[in-house]
Amino acid sequence: MLVIPCPYCGPRPELEFSYGGQAHVARPTAASNPSPADWNAFQYERANIKGLHAERWRHIHGCARFFNVIRDTTTDEIVRSYRSGEK
Amino acid sequence: MSGHYRTASGGIDLERSRPIRFEFDGQAYQGLQGDTLASALLANGVHLVGRSFKYHRPRGIMAAGPEDPNALVTVRRDAARSTPNLSAAQVELYEGLVAHSQNRWPSLRFDVGRINDLLSRFIPSGFYYKTFMWPRTAWHSLYEPRIRAAAGLGVAATEADPDVYAQRYGHCEVLIVGAGPAGLAAALTAARRGARVLLCDEQALPGGSLRADTGTRIDGKAATDWLRETMLELAQAQNVTVLTRTTAFGYLPHNMVCLSERLTDHLASPPASKPRERLWQVRARQVIFATGAIERPLVFPGNDRPGILLAGAARSFLNRFGVLPGRRVVILTAHDEAYRTALELQAAGAQIVALADLRARASGPLIDAARGAGLAIRRNTTAVGTRGNLRVCAVGLAAVDADGAAAGDTDWVSCDTLLMSGGYTPSVHLHSQGRGKLRWEETAQVFVPAEAGQSCRSVGACKGLTGAALAAVFNQAATAARDATTECGFEALPVTIAVSDDTSAGGGWLGTLPQAARPRGGKAFVDWQNDVTAADLGLAVREGFRSIEHIKRYTTTGMATDQGKTSNLNALAIAARQLGRTIPEVGLTTFRMPYLPVGFGGLAGYARGELFAPLRKTPMYGWAAARGAVFEPVSMWQRARYFPERGEDMHQAVARECQVVRRSCGIFDATTLGKIEVAGPDAIEFMNRMYVNNWNSLAVGRCRYGILLRDDGFVFDDGVVARTAEDRLHVTTTTGGAPRVLGLMEDYLQTEWPQLKVWLTSTTEQWAVIAVQGPRARDVLEPLVEQADLSAASLPHMAMTRALVCGVPAMIFRVSFTGELGYEINVPADYGAEVWRAVWESGQAHGMCAYGTESMHVLRAEKGYIIVGQDTDGTMTPDDAGVGWAVGKSKSEFVGMVSLRKRALQDPNRKQLVGLLTADPRHVLEEGSQIAATPGQRPPMQLVGHVTSSYYSSVLRRSIALAVVNGGRSRMGETLYVPTPAGESAVTVTQPVFYDSKGERLNG
Amino acid sequence: MAEPAKRQPPSVAPLAGLRVLAPLARYALRVDLAVAAAAAAAAAAAGAGAGIMPLATAVCRASQLRDWHALWLGPDEQLLLGPAAAGAAFAAAVGNALQGVPHSLVDVSHRQGALEVSGPAAATLLNAACPLDLGLAATPVGFCSRTVFGKAEIVLWRRAEHAFQLEVWRSFLPYVHGLLTLAAAE
Repeated sequence: MLVIPCPYCGPRPELEFSYGGQAHVARPTAASNPSPADWNAFQYERANIKGLHAERWRHIHGCARFFNVIRDTTTDEIVRSYRSGEK
Repeated sequence: MSGHYRTASGGIDLERSRPIRFEFDGQAYQGLQGDTLASALLANGVHLVGRSFKYHRPRGIMAAGPEDPNALVTVRRDAARSTPNLSAAQVELYEGLVAHSQNRWPSLRFDVGRINDLLSRFIPSGFYYKTFMWPRTAWHSLYEPRIRAAAGLGVAATEADPDVYAQRYGHCEVLIVGAGPAGLAAALTAARRGARVLLCDEQALPGGSLRADTGTRIDGKAATDWLRETMLELAQAQNVTVLTRTTAFGYLPHNMVCLSERLTDHLASPPASKPRERLWQVRARQVIFATGAIERPLVFPGNDRPGILLAGAARSFLNRFGVLPGRRVVILTAHDEAYRTALELQAAGAQIVALADLRARASGPLIDAARGAGLAIRRNTTAVGTRGNLRVCAVGLAAVDADGAAAGDTDWVSCDTLLMSGGYTPSVHLHSQGRGKLRWEETAQVFVPAEAGQSCRSVGACKGLTGAALAAVFNQAATAARDATTECGFEALPVTIAVSDDTSAGGGWLGTLPQAARPRGGKAFVDWQNDVTAADLGLAVREGFRSIEHIKRYTTTGMATDQGKTSNLNALAIAARQLGRTIPEVGLTTFRMPYLPVGFGGLAGYARGELFAPLRKTPMYGWAAARGAVFEPVSMWQRARYFPERGEDMHQAVARECQVVRRSCGIFDATTLGKIEVAGPDAIEFMNRMYVNNWNSLAVGRCRYGILLRDDGFVFDDGVVARTAEDRLHVTTTTGGAPRVLGLMEDYLQTEWPQLKVWLTSTTEQWAVIAVQGPRARDVLEPLVEQADLSAASLPHMAMTRALVCGVPAMIFRVSFTGELGYEINVPADYGAEVWRAVWESGQAHGMCAYGTESMHVLRAEKGYIIVGQDTDGTMTPDDAGVGWAVGKSKSEFVGMVSLRKRALQDPNRKQLVGLLTADPRHVLEEGSQIAATPGQRPPMQLVGHVTSSYYSSVLRRSIALAVVNGGRSRMGETLYVPTPAGESAVTVTQPVFYDSKGERLNG
Repeated sequence: MAEPAKRQPPSVAPLAGLRVLAPLARYALRVDLAVAAAAAAAAAAAGAGAGIMPLATAVCRASQLRDWHALWLGPDEQLLLGPAAAGAAFAAAVGNALQGVPHSLVDVSHRQGALEVSGPAAATLLNAACPLDLGLAATPVGFCSRTVFGKAEIVLWRRAEHAFQLEVWRSFLPYVHGLLTLAAAE
């Protein structure tokens, strides 16, 4: 069980969080009329990285915020976390 | 008398004044308080305690700790409390203990399965892959069950476990695993600095090797006195928790260590309130492993007979329990420590018949002491075989020649006990579970911890200080503890422990002992528990296995419940030699948790029975239960399914309930529907972006049926949404969908549209919801309602108002999931039960009934109203589900909008919701049935859809079904065929509305 | 018209060191904290709704203003707790104080119940199913947060070294209470 540093609440046990998949996947708006390939990429294509992975977590049983985490998928080490919208 | 092999004095674990009666395989024995089952049996001269896994060979006690691969027993209190596969050395004796040997029939002394040993040349490793290949079908029905019955270990309890298993989350700065000398020195150091320290040890009493130490003096005291004083200091420290009988079995990411604490297994009559075990999940800033080392057995022919023990185990039995394993002892060793054992056994009255050392040269204070005591030491000597059936009676010793082979005549030395020592293997299991690296120590021939994978340190024997002087161990442990506490932000304080009369010891042996060119002594076991021999490992390599992971799996070495604690390094050495590679080149297999077996009870903890998961009940649950309602689980909720009267079964009750609702009215508990308050100036804009509907046109005080998709364009949830104020919407969701809908909404709000000024609050449990449905609903409610007009003109279908109901501030929604005139009364939940009762009483004059979820399903199906998750399956668009009309036509954005443009999602041949009427009106189709367009097909059939909902409608006096069918809406009137176990059922495709197709009753 | 309906708050059997608190008024307030603080100050200065609204500005800490407590649950989320009888007037006053400030104030008085766990073993007992470090360094008096207790979500509020208030959604209350009772039995 990981300890996840919530950028709002500080380090908390993984039980309080839910996983949100890869971070920084841009969602095309309907108005931009994305091509089928672009929309497909947004919907289904993910990186499956070995190493440092930017991923979304939600402190669902805490402050309820979504945020981002850089985690090493080979060691589970969390390098840092930051709020949604930040880099 | 507690056994003929008990010494007159000594045994620091014992209370000699407290004899204990116990039973093993039906025979009564006596032991002493403080004994383990192993020590008590040995005190009574019992060595034969089990039969081996595959060959059913007689086996005895080999080790004094849980690593013992042989002495597995079942301890039985009753049919519900019977624990198999316990190491006899870990079972603490209590008055009346009943234990049984395993894997034998009909008895331990005469076992039919022993024939496997004679047939062993036909059952080499991997035999089951080779032998039982034909016929294929016999594997499951014949071979596997037979093999499992013949092999296998103990038998689990046959009744449900009545005990309580506790769990706890622990937090500390420094967790120390192992309370031997290294762990104690670390604990003293860390504790004196004020950090929270948790010290655990798997034994009943702390001290580890200090408990068997008779010579060393620490701080001027005997080792056992120092141990007692140290434990007192730790017990008095507020910041220290000491857990004994506690095994650290897993080291997980981010410094979490799982501990299994055994609380009552050692008690004759455990208090009913006391949990049997406690599972700890400890989060430590720093971990110190002081897990010690495990003595290695020697691999030579016939090395598995009862009476053959590890030398260190014999020393433990003698010094901790006052037990002599035998009276005429042969010692075979490659390590100096066994000399200490020889000296102490001799002093305790045993005769050391021979002391054979595999090494050509051995020197040091222990060897000198042995020589001084007159022990005859045979150097450069190996064992080529043993004799004895149920107990060893002789050992064949032979000299080792210059080529490293046994040479010359075999000297058969008669004895009743053979003690062996191949040196010590550091217990690096937990270090390795935490992804720590290992380093091969060429001189000591062991793997020791190198770089740690997490914030942990290894100290003492597990770090490679096996047989080292105690002073070095203390120094290393104190330094590690100082560093660990400093890293936690605690000031350093020096701790020094003075040691005198200390001796170090060395040596070790890996792999097979020297043998003659054509050895004839029988099987040389490497893994006692899985009956893997040196020859098996050789066979695996000859058959082409190269990776140690493959060799392990093919031979099953190290794969028994002991996970190869005594065998892995010998197996690795033998494999490496066969492969012609070095040990570090071949490498170890992966260490995985658990370090020792952990019972399912402990892992389940409190999560059993009523506490397995929250059982959610509405405020009206008590009323429904008192009325005899039958409940069904819907997600975590308990919902009333139907209300049987006078012995009705479900079908009768549902038939009646449906008719009463359509004729008069019914009351229904809709509290479990999810409710989300969407509030803020951008509430409408947010809903426009989330739901497919156009919300701009929804006036305050009006409701609308909303549909929510995922971005893949498929229906995710649905529900009625009411605009309760200019900037506020009351959104309802399906019962099971409430958390995931809120989660999806929060995801888009927080990460896609954070600029929107709108907030979401779950109010599912704020409101109790009482649905009153049927033509008389208004008549029932009007007497209870103040400050609102329920007339059709002022509160039409899909309108809402605030009101007082029974004097309670309420929201009334005029909505219907039955197709009848209907209201859903929302009152604050604490009032739910009282208001329900008032509505119920008011309804009695109108013949109102209470109805449950089953009737709700039938009533809505008669109207063709879908249930998301039943009539949809995560691959259906709104159009597929027949609710395409709800999709806003002029919208610029909503979740799923882009996907709905895909050609595949607009294919007219997609599965579409339709009604089905069976030719036989009494035949109710099975939900999930497949549908064929042409009759009489044989598999593989061409299928065009499936049934999603199917009921008998008492109102329509016939069965009805909803289904999804390819291009269903263009098949109206077509006959389709539903294969059933009783033959094909012809069905006619219809509109999915079976009752009041014009919807007039809604407007009553 | 018959008698007005009576309140039936969720109830469970009391136990030493474990009891259900009397009904409270509860509001979920969602608002930009900085904006709200300024508005509250301005309203107080103008004499309107003076000093009625407590705001917890420190992360995971509660603050108190007379009868009312504000629990910081998230960067824009406060749980306001006060006497049951004063709820409606309080809500109106908060609404006034936040006039013109985008916010969401939702009555959740009946959504949850409160359990009090107290006594020297309270923290140990809670750690039977709550994974937080309940040492005073990590969770001092005044600490509050949503967290989990077994398979239920709770709000944990440390009111004293040895006294915790658990805010539990009403249908989860029997589960949380049952788990505490079983864990306390030893």
